[in-house]
Parts: sequence; structure tokens; C-alpha cells
Amino acid sequence: MNFDFSDDQKQLRDQARKFLAEKCPPKAVRVVLDGKTPYDKELWKGLAEMGFLGVAIPEEFGGAGAGHLELCVIAEEMGRANAPVPFSSTVYLAAEALLIAGSDAQKKKWLPAIASGEAIGTLALFEGKGNPSPKNVKLTAANGVLNGVKKPVADGAIADFAVVAARTGSSGRDSDISLFLVELRAGGVEVKSLTNLDPTRGQAEIAFKDCKAEPLGAAGEGWSILTQVLDRAAVLCAFEQVGGADRALEMGRDYALDRIAFGRPIGSFQAVKHMLADMYVSATLARSNSYYGAWALSTNAAELPEAAAAARISATQAFQHCAKNNIQVHGGMGFTWEFDCHIYYRRANAMALGLGSLSYWEDQLIDRMRKKNAA
Amino acid sequence: MNFDDTPQEAEFRATARAWISANAPKQYEEELRKSSLGRTVLKNADILQVAKAWQKKKADAGWACLHWPKEYGGRGASPIERVIWQQEEGPYGQLSRMFIIGHGMCGPTMMAFAREEHKRRYLPPLASGENVWCQLFSEPAGGSDVAGLRTRAEKDGDDWVINGQKIWTSGAHYSDYGILLTRTDPTVPKHKGLTMFFLDMKSPGVEVRPIKQASGASDFNEVYFTNVRIPDHQRLGEVGDGWNVSLTTLMNERSAIGAAVSTGFPELFEYCSSLILDDGPAIEDRAVRSKLANWAVKASGLKYTSMRAISALSKGERPGPENSIGKLVAGSMIQDVATYALDLQGAAGVVSGENAELAGRFQAMLLRAPGTRVEGGTDEIMRNIIAERVLGLPGDIRVDKDVPFNKIPTKGRN
Ligand SMILES: Cc1cc2nc3c(=O)[nH]c(=O)nc-3n(C[C@H](O)[C@H](O)[C@H](O)COP(=O)(O)OP(=O)(O)OC[C@H]3O[C@@H](n4cnc5c(N)ncnc54)[C@H](O)[C@@H]3O)c2cc1C
Ligand SMILES: Cc1cc2nc3c(=O)[nH]c(=O)nc-3n(C[C@H](O)[C@H](O)[C@H](O)COP(=O)(O)OP(=O)(O)OC[C@H]3O[C@@H](n4cnc5c(N)ncnc54)[C@H](O)[C@@H]3O)c2cc1C
Repeated sequence: MNFDFSDDQKQLRDQARKFLAEKCPPKAVRVVLDGKTPYDKELWKGLAEMGFLGVAIPEEFGGAGAGHLELCVIAEEMGRANAPVPFSSTVYLAAEALLIAGSDAQKKKWLPAIASGEAIGTLALFEGKGNPSPKNVKLTAANGVLNGVKKPVADGAIADFAVVAARTGSSGRDSDISLFLVELRAGGVEVKSLTNLDPTRGQAEIAFKDCKAEPLGAAGEGWSILTQVLDRAAVLCAFEQVGGADRALEMGRDYALDRIAFGRPIGSFQAVKHMLADMYVSATLARSNSYYGAWALSTNAAELPEAAAAARISATQAFQHCAKNNIQVHGGMGFTWEFDCHIYYRRANAMALGLGSLSYWEDQLIDRMRKKNAA
Repeated sequence: MNFDDTPQEAEFRATARAWISANAPKQYEEELRKSSLGRTVLKNADILQVAKAWQKKKADAGWACLHWPKEYGGRGASPIERVIWQQEEGPYGQLSRMFIIGHGMCGPTMMAFAREEHKRRYLPPLASGENVWCQLFSEPAGGSDVAGLRTRAEKDGDDWVINGQKIWTSGAHYSDYGILLTRTDPTVPKHKGLTMFFLDMKSPGVEVRPIKQASGASDFNEVYFTNVRIPDHQRLGEVGDGWNVSLTTLMNERSAIGAAVSTGFPELFEYCSSLILDDGPAIEDRAVRSKLANWAVKASGLKYTSMRAISALSKGERPGPENSIGKLVAGSMIQDVATYALDLQGAAGVVSGENAELAGRFQAMLLRAPGTRVEGGTDEIMRNIIAERVLGLPGDIRVDKDVPFNKIPTKGRN
């Protein structure tokens, strides 16, 4: 057994951390937070140049052809830096969907553009309240034309293309759903930005009116593809969440060492110590669950569905827990706009909802465990 | 043991109800009902003006600060009558939020320590909302450790000259007066060198700078003092006795905030009662019910704890440190409740503002909640109070207690 990343992968993580520390300091995050630009374009370009956008994209499609373990370590650093770029939408959702289900022509067209930073992609799945479920897909596709509204769509306002889940049947089965690929700058698409909990990542409402679209994957295979995409993205997001949780924990630890009250560092109060120790515990459990998810993802293991749900739940809980108690350790300072604590609190709570809520994934985990036990 | 009104209480209730129904600003009722922590907004009116107008109207008819003596602008009402009033005032009570600090903390401190002529002059316009007051205690170097504050007051003739900085002062930007805790002697142990004053916020040398909160709003401020002169007759309590004076304020703060604190439960219950989840009505879902039940008993536990406290109060007992549990329980509860309400919305929960579910009620609650766990004493300080003051456990070993203030360590790791 060697349940750890390789030295090369760890080196890649250090390289990503160094790069992001330089190119994505809190000051840069705040430019997006304050609404001065919808995402950090310079950083996006830099990520492409470093080869991070295409790290898991095969070389024949313009990527680095490394693998998903490499992508996991980069994801962790993206979370730690709270990078204000459409990384998860483009790389974990759009690119993964293309890799799983794209035709050769589609892959040739979009994957190199993703790797080079020229194309931003996203997944348009949700239609208001509710969790991932074929039932909740109301947008219709008929004769290659889409009609309906998706919201929220992460990074929808800056994306060049979207993978859209559409209803192509009414049997009440998963096979009612098919996927389509839509260029968002084309006719029949109306995009509206939505204010959201985490202004460092955009959310949008996208209306499709008689919008031409090409199929992605076979007709009726949409839900099965989506399930795979969501599981893969759950693992990758978990790494971002673990990175964010760790950063929040570090901020709290550092503040507890520096801040003096009653003539001593607040970190010498057991209440503060225990708060930080509990944060460490949840971040560690999340990290270990996420490593297991990474193993399953990178080896295409049969355990992936269960591992992905476990990573998702554990990392969601840890990031939320660390982000909120980091504010608490900071006292009044933690509740200011000026300190960065709220940036992680916002991101943690937004990420907890992005692929479907925590309670949805809790349900999924138990379903999947039961299925495995029955098999 | 009963919850029945006595004949006098019933009469009081009927009079209050009739007056409220004839006088309340009904055009705002709907919006006030929908407001909650982090989101009290009126679309077409300035809430500050609406709140002031309502308070003035109440004061003119004798319904402001009910438990205060009549000569200071109150009604001389009993604690029970005060509760009855709050029950009857319902959503319009939201308009009292901006007066909590003035009425709950500054007023009682003035009543206990100000000169008679000052009480007669300053308390009635405080009660009627014509003047708003703020509490200038916390400083960059002293929040939990408020006795560690550094703002200096130095005697100069009949005046005191104030230099220093306060922080987190809620409402300072719209306040007319404030109570101010200062250090008058840095050479004695820290609790012994403090003195309390009240001052006009428009005094020369007072500068208020709003702080933007994590939630994006700006309800609190930094307040800078540069050679601000306060006449000695505006001193509250003896020179060097500021700590004892401030304890009066803080004890009142605990019960004022404790009583006003919201848990988010009524909002969540209402939401779940009509919400349809993917598998049917939320209110019929076992997992949802389990969460609701858990929070229901916390909310009712707090409600009845506060009723027990009021019953004790009406028998003449003083509000004790037990009141600390209100904010301790409600603070993290409302944070969890808001998180869960968004969870129930699925991915759509991320959307905030007017386009969001219930116009972003729970999103706003989530972003405001961390402040509740800090303001008026952090969760950790509340637990220390319960452990030490209620249960009688020994306090932390103190390195700062009997040392002259100017000899206390001020650096963390170096
Ligand atoms: C099932 C079991 C097996 C054990 N096996 C072994 C063994 O194999 N070898 C061995 O040497 N010992 C063993 N122990 C003893 C164990 O190490 C002690 O019981 C433990 O360290 C607590 O010490 P104590 O009993 O003196 O309690 P105390 O130290 O008096 O603790 C009482 C309470 O105070 C708390 N407390 C004490 N100090 C602090 C502090 N600094 N900060 C915060 N809270 C504090 C404790 O958490 C506890 O709640 C065992 C104990 C148990 C229960
Ligand atoms: C929304 C809001 C409104 C406010 N309004 C006002 C106001 O109107 N007027 C006013 O004067 N102040 C106000 N405050 C300030 C508030 O009272 C302080 O922020 C609070 O007491 C905490 O102090 P601090 O911010 O200095 O944090 P610190 O005291 O530095 O606390 C940092 C961390 O250390 C912990 N800690 C500190 N000491 C101990 C200890 N002995 N044992 C265990 N843990 C400890 C705390 O619990 C916290 O987790 C407001 C604060 C907020 C957030």
C-alpha cells in the first residue's frame, strides 16, 4: 500500500501553491469580490500557460496528459487561494463531460481551447430549487432545438459554451434526459447575471429560446453521463474544499498566535485551542476521504460513486466548519469585509450547494453503500 | 403556575391591543413580518425614519420604554406588562432594533449613575427615539477583554480630554449620544483605572468612520477621539470606578440582547411548511422533521427560560448570568438554521438578493449570523460566564490581574 501522492505530484502541488501565492493573493481575489471584473483574466491566462487547465486532458487534445491525481493537487491549491476563475465549471464539469461523452470532433474543437484558456465552459443542469434528478429537468430538446431556462449556472455569464441537460422523453425514466452542447454567444441564448453568496464566482440564469444545439453523447444517455460527471466533479471539488478548509484553519491558527487578550495570546485559551483542534480534525477526515476519492477517480474504480459521495460530504462539512469558526476565532475582526475570513465563509457555503446540497449527497452515499452491499 | 392574564393584565393587554391597532404603521406590517436577522428592509421608506416616528408616537401615548419610571419617559410598567406589550406589538417590534443599545444598555446605566438633572434632560428623548445612543466600549485592543481598553481621559480643569479609538460601535453613524468607557489611570491594575462618561457625539474631535461588515452592510463603526472635551458633570460613577459601572451596562446588555435574539426557527418552520422538495412536502420528510424537532425544543427552551426569568424579575429578583444562555444558544443555532434552509433549496440556495427564494431571507441570515456569535460577548466568553459565574468553577489563571495596566504583555509570538 502507498496511500499518498507521488513525489512528482507533491512537487506539482508546491509549484501550484507558489504560482497562486504570487498570481492570486487576496488582493487579486478582492478585485473580483468587489465586482470590478467577473473573473481574473490574467490568472486564467497564467493557469493555461502553466498547463494547469489541461493537466488531465490527453495530449492529443492539447492537454498535458498527466492525470486526475495531478488535477486533484491543483484543485486543492485553487481552493486554498480561493481563486476567482471558472476553473471548476470549465475543468471539472465541461471538460469531464467532453472526455466522457464528446465526439472526436467535439473534443478536437473544445478540449484544446480549454487547455489553452481560450474557452470557458460550464454545465447547465439546475432549473431553480431542487437537487440533481431527471425529474427536475424541464428544459426540452426537440429537433436539435432547446427551449427552457437554467438557473443557477455557475460562471454562466462568462462561459463560451455549456453542456445542457435537456428532456427528450417523458417515460419517467433516466433515459428521458439527453445532453447538448451549446455555444452561448449564439442566437437563442439570453444570459442574466445573478447576485450570489460568493461574488468571487459568478452565477447566471440562462434562457434558451429555440436555440440550436448539438447532441453530446448518445440520445437518452444524458443522465448516466451526468451522474459520472457529477461524481468526478465531487471528488475534484472536495479537493478545493479541503484546500479552503486548510487555509481557514491556518488563518485561525495564525491569528490565535498573534492576538492578545487578557495579557496572553488567545490561542492559550483552551476554548480557542479546542475550536482550532476540532477544525483540524474535520479537515483531516475530509482530506483522507478525498484521497480515497482521488484514488477511485484516477483508477476508474467501481468504488467511485461511493467514494465521491463520501469525499463530497466530508469536505463540504469540513470547509463549512473551518470557515465559520475561523470567523469566530477572529472575533469582531472576522466579521469585517476587510479581513479575508468571510471570503472563505462565502465560498464554503456556495460550494456546499454547487453540485447539489449536502443532504442530497448524504442520501446518495447511503443508497450507494446499500447497493454495493447488496451486490 | 399558569400563563393566564390577571384581570389587570388582561385590561392592560386590551388597552395595548386597541392602541396598537389604531396607531401602528400598518403599511409596513407585511414587510416587517418578512424581515429577519440580517434583512430588515422597507422598500419605499427609510427604516430609520419609520422607526423613529413609531417610537415617538408610542412615547407620546406612554408606550415607550414601558418599565422606565414616568419622569424619565417610561410608563412605570411591570416586567409582565412589558412582555404583554411585546407580544401585542408583534412585527412592529422589529422597529425597536435600532434602539436596543440605547434603551437596553445606555438608559439603565444613565439611570443608575447620572445626576438627576441629566436623567430628566436626556432620558425622555432617548425613550422617545428622538435621540439615539450608542455604546463606546470595545477597542482594537479590547473586545472580550474590554478592561484592556486604552482610550485615555485626562483631567484638564473641569473637563476631561479624550484621546483614542473605539471600534465596532453599532449605530455610531446615526447616534446623538454615547456612553464611553475610558482609561483614567494606566499605572494601576487594569480594572481599577477606568472611568465612564456620556457624551454628545457631535462634540468637536469625534470622528465616526463606518466599517463594512462581512455581510456587506455597514452597521458598526470606528470612532476616533482627538482632544474631545467632556465636562466632569457628564461622568458616570466615580473616577476609577468605570469597571463597576460598565458591569451594569453589560448585565443589561445580556438581558437586552438575550431577550431580543432570534433563533431563525419560526422562519424555518414557516418555510418548511410550504416547501415542496423533490420527494414531496418538506414538512412530511423524516430528515427535515428530525432537524425541525431538534431546533423546536431549543427555541421553546429559550422562550420558556426567558419567561421564567421574567417571572423571577417580577418578584423583584435581579437578572443573573443565567441569561447568557440565550445568545449562546441562539447565535450558532441561527447560523445552522440558515445553512439548512439553503441546503433545502439545493443549488439554487447560492443565489442571493431579490432573485433568491423568499427574496434572499435565509442567505442574508447566513451572512449576518457570524456577528451574533461575537457581539455582546463571544460564545466562548458566554461559556466562561456560565462555567464560572453560574457553576462556580475557578476562573482562568490570570496574568493581567494585579499588574499595573502599562506592564501587561501586549505581544503574541514574535
Ligand atoms: C479506559 C481507560 C484506560 C486507561 N488506560 C491507561 C493506561 O493503559 N496507562 C495509563 O497510564 N493510563 C491509563 N488510563 C488513565 C488515563 O490516562 C487518565 O485517566 C487520563 O489521563 C485522565 O486523567 P485523570 O483520570 O487523572 O483525570 P483528570 O486529569 O483529573 O481529568 C478529569 C477531567 O478534567 C479534564 N482535564 C484535565 N486536565 C485538563 C486540561 N489540561 N485541559 C482540559 N481538560 C483537562 C479531563 O479531560 C477530564 O474531563 C486509562 C484511562 C481510562 C479511562
Ligand atoms: C455586529 C457587532 C456589533 C457590535 N457592537 C458593539 C457596540 O455597539 N459597542 C461595543 O462596544 N462593542 C460592540 N461590538 C464588539 C464586541 O463586543 C466584540 O467584538 C466582542 O466582545 C469580541 O471582542 P473582539 O472582537 O476584540 O475579539 P477578541 O476578544 O479578540 O476574541 C477573539 C477570539 O478569542 C476568544 N477569546 C478571547 N478571550 C477569551 C477568553 N478569556 N477565553 C476564551 N476565549 C477567549 C474569543 O471568544 C474569540 O473567539 C460589536 C461586535 C459585533 C460583531
